[in-house]
Parts: sequence; structure tokens; C-alpha cells
Amino acid sequence: MPRETVAEFTIHSVQVLAEDGTIDAELVPSLTDDELLECYTAMKRARRLDERAISLQRRGELGTYAPAIGQEAAQIGSAFALAADDWVVPSFREQPALLVRGTSPQSVLEYAMGMEEGAEIPADANALPPAIPVGSQPLHAVGVGWGESIQGRPNVALTYFGDGATSEGDVYEALNFAGVYDAQTVFVCQNNRYAISTRLEDQTAAETLAQKAVAAGIDGIRVDGNDVLAVYRVVSEAIERARQGEPTLVEALTYRRSMHTTSDDPSVYRDPEEADEWEARDPIVRFQVFLEEQGILDADTKAQIDDQVETEIAEAIGQANERRERLDPADLFKYVYAEQPPELERQAAAFEGDRDD
Amino acid sequence: MTERLRVVEAVRETLREELAADDSVVVYGEDIGRAGGVFRATEGLLEAYPDRVFDAPVAEAGIVGVGVGLAATGLRPVAEIQFQSFLYQGFHQLVQHVARMRSRTRGTVTCPMTIRMPYGGGIHALELHSESFEAGFAHVPGLTVVIPASPAETAGLLRSAIRSPDPVVFMEPTRLYRSVREEVPDEHEIPLGEARVVDTGEDATVIAWGSMLRETLDAVDSVENETGASIEVIDPRTISPLDTETIIESVQKTGRCVVVHEAPKTSGMAGEIIARLNEEAFFYLEAPVERVTGYDVPVPLFAREDAFLPDRTRIEAGIERVLES
Repeated sequence: MPRETVAEFTIHSVQVLAEDGTIDAELVPSLTDDELLECYTAMKRARRLDERAISLQRRGELGTYAPAIGQEAAQIGSAFALAADDWVVPSFREQPALLVRGTSPQSVLEYAMGMEEGAEIPADANALPPAIPVGSQPLHAVGVGWGESIQGRPNVALTYFGDGATSEGDVYEALNFAGVYDAQTVFVCQNNRYAISTRLEDQTAAETLAQKAVAAGIDGIRVDGNDVLAVYRVVSEAIERARQGEPTLVEALTYRRSMHTTSDDPSVYRDPEEADEWEARDPIVRFQVFLEEQGILDADTKAQIDDQVETEIAEAIGQANERRERLDPADLFKYVYAEQPPELERQAAAFEGDRDD
Repeated sequence: MTERLRVVEAVRETLREELAADDSVVVYGEDIGRAGGVFRATEGLLEAYPDRVFDAPVAEAGIVGVGVGLAATGLRPVAEIQFQSFLYQGFHQLVQHVARMRSRTRGTVTCPMTIRMPYGGGIHALELHSESFEAGFAHVPGLTVVIPASPAETAGLLRSAIRSPDPVVFMEPTRLYRSVREEVPDEHEIPLGEARVVDTGEDATVIAWGSMLRETLDAVDSVENETGASIEVIDPRTISPLDTETIIESVQKTGRCVVVHEAPKTSGMAGEIIARLNEEAFFYLEAPVERVTGYDVPVPLFAREDAFLPDRTRIEAGIERVLES
């Protein structure tokens, strides 16, 4: 037979809570009312932190900031699916997921204030700091998922990256390594349609990003990334598979409703009507309507959550500002090596000398 | 028991001993398992430690990048890059993550990873198999850059590299892999960051490392025989962070200095060493410091390799120039 089909693939897409409020009863995850409210609170907290951060940046109190507005379901639905000892390996737009995993709003702000303090990882947390170079961190998540497997532990590493990152060679290397080493790793690609200004159709000719898994021999699946229940469902399944050494690439279709970072103006490169359309498809609104219809969220609870979030963030801003005031510039010499080499000691002493002059 | 080993065997035996000594050591790289490495530096390790020795896909960014994650879980990754020039495919991971993980997290995440690779010319290899990029690595804060110059030094330094709490770029001189045998004491350990005074002398200091050390010692013998001068030879061993003290002390004594390396001259380590001499030993100098280095050209294909590499004749001439002025 001179020509035959030797491989074929199919990419599934999952939605649980449709935009019109319809629920797929079979796929709806079994979460308690409290868990659902916790999830909702996390989404509100993340949204509000991003909003406050943007205005702080505008007032000159923060450096460049990358908001995740519009992507809360993709991140929080997935982060909620992790167990306590699982790992998160984030890029620079993962505040919502990090907050769920125990990073404080204060740390997020400190990092945006240009302080390494904001990238400290607490001793009891399994996480890596935000990776700035696009697409560089999925390899770390493969190392973590593989390392856990080598040591016979069940912990999974979940890494986040965007649509633009899938053009990076490192992301392909990560998917491929994960397949070769049966890494306990889940890849969550948030396809938010834009890499700064570059639209998805200018990024790749591939029909889906999930299918990039196929070439690496691992599973790929697409999920409605603005549907927190679907994300939770799909990523939970991916995590359980990862515990067995089967990595998955999850493409979460979402939309970056805000700017790439506070340094750019999306109106230059995208149609305002498009942004309006996605405002109507906002993930928090969709989830809120669901919770209200289910009788889980009432006006009082909603107001209480809003107040709570507002207070937490105001406190975090105060604490971050305080820590900034206590910042010691000489710390820059302290953590380069475990033991300071003599030349660095000399430079640190010279720095202190110059400061005293 | 002390054994007579070649450099490649010193690498292998040290890896084997470290795999035995510490369950967190993991060895991986291209062709290092079933094939035992293109230079056979890892021969037999996969059979001995099938759960901690791995062949890797041909992807250097991947090899360096997964090390960050392995280290974060508490392992000590020891990766092999098949030839130094192919680390460029993973250079971004090295600079952006491996080197700065400790400082960017204020010590809360570290990357105790060792990246081994053959480097340098002299074996008539293919294009891009003979580079010496130590100065490039030394320009990256957070990295430790180590180059051994003999079998015993290889064992002692590699053991310290693997045990180091910081990432180490470990550059093995390809030319020395099989050229000499030397007694290697068991459990040999040489602290990183300490230069070795290979030969003491009074009239000039010659600084060389890796495969250039042997050429330098030959040249020094010949100059000493011809001129009666006594020459001190220093091997920094750790290229970065550099043991400036040992170099300064020597040059303050001798007043004359030659730095030898096979990497190109411009922005090479010799320039850095001379700058440090300027800061600490300028008024002790009796003559301008000489550089005997590769030329500022891409490392040529092997038919012209001998023209590029510093050899005994060029090193002798450099030493004679500082002695004469």
C-alpha cells in the first residue's frame, strides 16, 4: 500500500456553563456551595487587585503591570483543581492563580513595585516565581513534574503560558520532554487571542493550540476558558492523569479584556467593538449569574465579599508600601551566591563606602 | 585507593561516586545513557543507576530548563551538553533562570545544577565543536565557571561542583580527555574559587587554564632552561568567581605577568585579569602584561586550527617579551 493514513487526531472542546446560563448536568463538577463561593471570591479578589494595581501604576506607585482581567476563570478554575502539595509554575500574568495558591496580594504588589521580596517563595509553598521571558517556564514545570516522579511522589506541576508562548521553541521542547519522561505536568495555555498586539491568526496557522500536544505525543484538549466550571472539570481530569505520568496540554479559550501591560494601549491594535463583545462574555459575570440562579449567592453575600476583598487589598497596599520604605538597596549583593565571593564582598563594601560619603 | 585515571575516566568515576553518595544526584544529557556519552564520560552509569541516569532528547534549552525544575524539587541535576557550542541553544535558560534563581527569589529557590561540557580545540573536530566561551559564562552573575586541567583536578573540582549550592558550568578540555593519566585520590575534593599555584617562581607569573596549562608548562620549562629565569604558573581553576588574591599576590612578587587562553582576545578573561592587576598590583608591575590568546576570529575549521590556538612557541615568545622589558 503506497499511501495510507498512519496518524489522525481529534481535539475535543468542553463547556459546562454556557453563556446563556445552560448547564451540562453530566459535566458539572461536584463542588460544595462553600467551595463555589470560595472560587467566586477568588475571582473577585483577583479582578479587584488588578484594577487597583492599574490605578496605582497610573499614579506612579507601581512599575509595569500585566493585568489578567478577563482570564480569572481560566486561572482560578485550574488552580482550584490542584492539591495542597502540587506546584504552580507561572508566567507574569498569573496573579489570579497565585492568589489561589497562597501568594498574598502584598507579594503581587511588591513584585510590581520592583522588589524581589515579591518573588520570595514561602518555605511551605510549592511554586516557582513568575517567569518574564515568554514561554521559558513550561520547561521548569516539566523538570518539577519529572523530579517528583523520580522521587516517587505524587505531586503534579501545573504551568501557565499564553497563546504567543506556543510559538517559542522552549514550549515545544517542554511538551516533548514531558512526553518522553512521563512528566507529572499539566500545561495550561490561556489563549487570550493576543500576544501584546499580535492576533492569533498572525501567530500560528494551527487551527487550535491544543493540537500542538499531538506532535509531542501527549494529550491536548480545549476548554471554554471563561467557564470556571469547565476549566475546573477539565484541569482536574488532566491533573489526575498527570499523577499517573500522563501530561496534558489544556488550551483555555479566553480573552485578555485589558492591556498586555500598563505600557501599551490596546485601542491601537484592536477593535473597541470586540472588547465590548467580550465584556458581555465576562467570566465573573457568567459565574455570578449561575450562583445567583442556584440560590448560592445573594445580594448580602455579594456585598460582603466585595467589602472583604476591598479591605484585604487596601491592607496589602499598606503593607507593600511599608516594606518598600524599609527596602535596603545593599540587599542586591546578598543572594547572588550561597556564600559571597571576595570580589562581590569588595563591591558591596565599596557600595557601602559610596553611600556613606 | 588511589587510581591512575585519564580526564574522561575521572569524570566518569566522580559521577559514579556522587550517584552512589547522594540519592538526589540525577545525570542526564544527549547520548549519555545507552551510548555512554560521545566521549564515553558516562559509560556504565545507566546500567548502574537506571532510575537516575537518563538519555535526553536533542534539545539543549530543554536540558538546561528542566534542570531548574528538577533542582526545585530537591534533586541535584548534573546535565551534559554534548559540546560547549551547543549550549548556546540553551543559553537563555542559563542566563534568565539558572543563574538568577537564587537572587530573584532572595534565596528562597535555588538551582544547585551542574552543567558539564567538553570545550576547546586541539582534536580536529567539526566546525563549532572547539569553542572556549568561559568569558561569556563568567559575565553572568550567579554562575560558577570551572575548568579543570588534569585528571585529579577534574575529579576534585567536579565533586565540588556537584555538591555546590550554586549552579556550576563545568568545562572539560576535550583535548585532555585521553591525553594523560594521573593518580586521582579517592573522594578527592577541591574547593571552588581557589586558584592553584602549579609552579613557584620569582621572575614572572604565567596564568593559564584548561588545555592551555600543559602548553604553558612546556613553554615555561623551555624559557627557564634557556634564560635561567624562575617562573610562577597559576591555574585559576575556577574562572568565575575568580581567586584574585592568589594572582595579585604572585604578581606583586614577580612584577611580570602573562595570561594565556585559547578564547579570542577581545573581552576574554585575560582582559579581566589585567583589569584586576591594574586595581591591586599596578605599581608592582615591571612590564606591560602580555596576552597570549586565540585571535579575534571565529574558531576556524580544523585545517587552520593550529594557526588559531596558542602553542608553546607563542607562549614562550610572550614570556620572553615580559622578561625582556
